[in-house]
Amino acid sequence: MQLSREALLNAYRAMKTIREFEERLHVEIQTGEIAGFTHLYCGQEAVAVGVCEHLGTRDRIVSTHRGHGHCLAKGCDVEGMMKEIWGSREGLCKGKGGSMHIADADKGMLGANGIVGAGAPIAVGAALASRANGPGPDGLDVAIAFSGDGACNQGTTFEAMNLAVVTQAPCIFVFENNHYSEHTGFSYAVGTDRDIASRAEAFGMKAWRADGTDFFAVHETMREVLAHVRGGGGPAAVEFDTERFFGHFEGDPQRYRGPGEIDRIRAERDCLTRFRAAVTAAGLLEHSDIDALDTQVMDTIEAAVSAARAAARPTAEDVLADVYISY
Amino acid sequence: MTKMMYRDAVLSTIMEEMARDPDVVVLGEDVVGGMGTAGGPEAIGGIWSTSTGLYDRFGPGRVIDTPISESAIVGAAAGLALSGKRPVAELMFADFIGVCLDQLWNQIAKFRYMFGGKSRCPAVIRMAYGAGFNAAAQHSQSVHQILTGMPGLKVVMPATPADVKGLLRTAIRDDDPVIFLEHKALYATSGDVPDDPDFMIPFGHARLCRAGGDVTIVSTGLLLGMCEAAADRLAAEGIGCDVIDLRTTSPLDEETILDSVEVTGRLVVVDEAPPRCGLAADLRALVAEKAFSSLKAPPLQVTPPHTPIPFARELESAYLPSVDKIEDAVRRVLAWR
Repeated sequence: MQLSREALLNAYRAMKTIREFEERLHVEIQTGEIAGFTHLYCGQEAVAVGVCEHLGTRDRIVSTHRGHGHCLAKGCDVEGMMKEIWGSREGLCKGKGGSMHIADADKGMLGANGIVGAGAPIAVGAALASRANGPGPDGLDVAIAFSGDGACNQGTTFEAMNLAVVTQAPCIFVFENNHYSEHTGFSYAVGTDRDIASRAEAFGMKAWRADGTDFFAVHETMREVLAHVRGGGGPAAVEFDTERFFGHFEGDPQRYRGPGEIDRIRAERDCLTRFRAAVTAAGLLEHSDIDALDTQVMDTIEAAVSAARAAARPTAEDVLADVYISY
Repeated sequence: MTKMMYRDAVLSTIMEEMARDPDVVVLGEDVVGGMGTAGGPEAIGGIWSTSTGLYDRFGPGRVIDTPISESAIVGAAAGLALSGKRPVAELMFADFIGVCLDQLWNQIAKFRYMFGGKSRCPAVIRMAYGAGFNAAAQHSQSVHQILTGMPGLKVVMPATPADVKGLLRTAIRDDDPVIFLEHKALYATSGDVPDDPDFMIPFGHARLCRAGGDVTIVSTGLLLGMCEAAADRLAAEGIGCDVIDLRTTSPLDEETILDSVEVTGRLVVVDEAPPRCGLAADLRALVAEKAFSSLKAPPLQVTPPHTPIPFARELESAYLPSVDKIEDAVRRVLAWR
């Protein structure tokens, strides 16, 4: 289905925002100004945006340790996220969560997660809430469990897929196969000669496969998946083949990469480059449209970094706040 | 007042709260029981008889029978709670927290704090705990020691049917995650329960079961009966015991304990969990710090030894606290010096 000019611009803006957010963090982390562990999403933007462009705020997502892209795609505020990663009390989570624990319930973003595989059961719960509420005019609200090829080996993911099938919960398991579980290859860690989607099929749900570096493939696939799940067809899975441009975490020496691997995937499988080439070749957008968005996004990121640097720091009293609602 | 069993207090409270609030949902393994069998739904109705009839009344949207998947049960409870529901999940045996600890410890307990106070996770996780049935090391444990140490969780241990009613209603209406621990050996005990449909007992308020003035005994759950029995024996000799039922181990009612110890100067904590780094050690440290000048003897604890729970009748009896062991500890704090 042909997207409108506005939809194309929005999709590109969203992907570019994630890209530049992460590229900037990659630089800033090396100065030592940002504390803690950070896992960057660069290379996988087409998945987060291609999925979330279909969702409303009543649809919910759970994310992973590599969660910045999912948060941004689901509508979390760029400046609030940057402030959170900087550890400011003005951050989206008041500096209590940091990179791995960003959430925004009002946006239907139930949380990034520091534990690989922990999110899938939570997504099934969100889907069961939707099932209990029943369908609205556009069908059922859905819950999306973003998982990587690492999480596909966790028992929690298996339990969640089975529970979703047993209860016919409107849950979509989105597997982003970037070929690495931390520092270990897919071909070693996933003990099947097939793929992750075939595992999901074995649990009794319909599964799709698509190129996760092609925004249009992701977006069109998700249109089909969502029609199935919103219409009451039960849970579904999608496996997107994608690429991770950086290491598992920032500081990862990446000695497991092949010679020239990163240059190759950046040259051949960059979802932003592919998007630009596709829309300009088809005459849907001009290079100048995209260049203008690039400038806008760079300004947004620059402003967010400046705001994060200047933002108020938490104080020792803040340690005690928000453990409970009442105690 | 209505006389009812502890297990019926659990069931009737869930039933009443589900009728009152459409957001209350129940999930767990065999909470319906019989799904996918010739007997059909409700053939079992929950192995503790604490969910019997819920499915027939409220249907599959609100009473969700799950596979044996503890991580998925607790994780789904988390997702339901974050999505506006009030799940009451059952883990069957408390020992099974070992299977799903991540969802309790790294997820449910931490959401609100990690997310800067902007998420709400009103989940109740029920589980049956405690020894006394020769169920051995993996089906008899008291797990409050582990869960009380987790910031973000509230931990409730009712000892009577009335407390089940008042505390479970508070748990279901509470906006924070609550662990609700039901002692297996109490399910068939009976007591008077208030009829008020809004009867609630606030968390963090211990119950002074009796006042005696010579020694303070603090306990929870099943062991309170033993503490009372020991106190009866000692009363015959003119020794008066304050017996305190904590009701909740998180939050902890420090004030009731300290008020009592300031009068008695002597503390015995009786607990069914192992001795190290547990409730008994915690309460002894509390009085050492905050009631030091009142103390007339070192605070003692009566707990099982630092071993797994044994199977054979003789071994389990030797392992568990008893009326004799409690009486002996009281005599030792009185005889000190």
